[in-house]
Amino acid sequence: MSRYLRIAFFAVIVRPILLIVLGMNLRGREHLPRQGPAIIVANHNSHLDTLTLLALFPLRDLPRLRPVAAADYFLTNKLLSWFALNIIGILPLDRGGIKKNPLADLEAALDRGEILILFPEGSRGEPEQRADFKRGVAFLAKARPHTPVHPVFMHGLGKALPKGSLILVPFNCDVIAGEPFKYEGGAPAFMETLEARMSALASEGHFQPWE
Amino acid sequence: MDIVNGDIIDGLSNRVFWAIGAIYGLLVVASIIVAILKRRAPGDATTELSRRVTSWWFMITIFTIAIITNRIVSTVFLGLMTFLAFKEYLSLIPTRRVDRLLLLFAYWAIPVQFYFAHQDRYGLFLTFIPVWMFLFFPMAMTLAGKTEGFLRAVGTLSWGMMITVFALSHTAMLLAAGDKAGPAGGAGLLLFLVALTQFNDVAQFTWGKLFGKHKITPTVSPKKTWEGFLGGLFSTAVVAALAGPFLTPMPVHWAGLAGAMIAIAGFLGDITISAFKRDLGVKDSGGLIPGHGGILDRVDSLTYAAPVFYHAMHFFVFSGRI
Repeated sequence: MSRYLRIAFFAVIVRPILLIVLGMNLRGREHLPRQGPAIIVANHNSHLDTLTLLALFPLRDLPRLRPVAAADYFLTNKLLSWFALNIIGILPLDRGGIKKNPLADLEAALDRGEILILFPEGSRGEPEQRADFKRGVAFLAKARPHTPVHPVFMHGLGKALPKGSLILVPFNCDVIAGEPFKYEGGAPAFMETLEARMSALASEGHFQPWE
Repeated sequence: MDIVNGDIIDGLSNRVFWAIGAIYGLLVVASIIVAILKRRAPGDATTELSRRVTSWWFMITIFTIAIITNRIVSTVFLGLMTFLAFKEYLSLIPTRRVDRLLLLFAYWAIPVQFYFAHQDRYGLFLTFIPVWMFLFFPMAMTLAGKTEGFLRAVGTLSWGMMITVFALSHTAMLLAAGDKAGPAGGAGLLLFLVALTQFNDVAQFTWGKLFGKHKITPTVSPKKTWEGFLGGLFSTAVVAALAGPFLTPMPVHWAGLAGAMIAIAGFLGDITISAFKRDLGVKDSGGLIPGHGGILDRVDSLTYAAPVFYHAMHFFVFSGRI
């Protein structure tokens, strides 16, 4: 049931809004994963980021796409947590928990062939300004070194719906997907590669400042 | 007017239908030529060309549906096209966070402006953006209290509003002329303007590809040549002279002149938007139309051609009656 609701939500609400009100320019479609397991790593500006990334894929891929989101934010009230779990299909992550391996659920999802969507900045933060990536993604990649990591840079959604605002202002957004790579040579080297690739994608767009 | 009974289908002159038929005829010919080119010389250039022709099929079909349904649908369609162009503009330029809600407000000027056009309220149509929005934007930014980047913000917003919303809303004003506009009505004038502007783009491109040598604006748009510009001007004037007496109240020589005017204005609009994009370091304004770029890339010529054509019609042909 919620599976159909999820597809309907994306087909009837998310996609038309992204097409008309927001508008999306996608570059590097060929670099997006066609099948799981895969890890998509993106910068985070807005709640719209997740919806936009999910809308990049055909509707039939929806069940395999799992945005990883903070349990302490999305699972606090009943309605939000129903929506997050069933419609968005998040995989809750326990931030600062005391579990033995906080990444166990993520690793299991990859083992099931799912595509994880990760925002290693940890929170939306200041819109259209990148914060440092947290290192959890490196530990996940290390645990599953054969899983391709797909860097995706997004611009513009932080202008359309920044943190703290409820009013949507139409802006085109740009999504630039980069070539996938795999874990190699230790966590610091992996983080360096990831940051470098994101910066390269960001400079491809000639984006103007927003301050 | 001189529209005889039976010459009208649903308030739309059947001359408009004949003209649309002729456009599709041209499209079929273009598709055949491109298919032959692609077979003879397969490669990136011809693939790009055929992608463009495919997009033309979509654009012309959407435009046809919009124009033949009824005038409200046509005006809403033109407004939507303008919204997409203005959104591309605002997304490309640097903006300030403090102006976010003002930008949302600026979008709402589009339905207001198109409503005035639809109601044929010439005075309001003419003053709403150049006077009222022009005064309102700097006032709102002043009251918001951030002076850093004020001039850049108010300048870019006002210019963008003029070059997209105000300029393109002249298309809706042509429609509003209704049967005052002669044998094919306001829709005939709109079709004349839009078809010739787009035809001129293609003709300039084709002449330029075939014979282009001498660059006109090497620093702005290095692919534009005198040969392309003059070839386009000549072709557009000829087609206008043929189509003018059929779609507008103009006789052959006046229609030819109007065609030349559309060609020159269209060229200027094209390079003006090019200068704007070059300043920001982008090639295309968006990615909505495969092979063409964004909406703003497609309507760049229209940003100059529409106001120039409308006001020339208003002043010289109809003496203020449309």
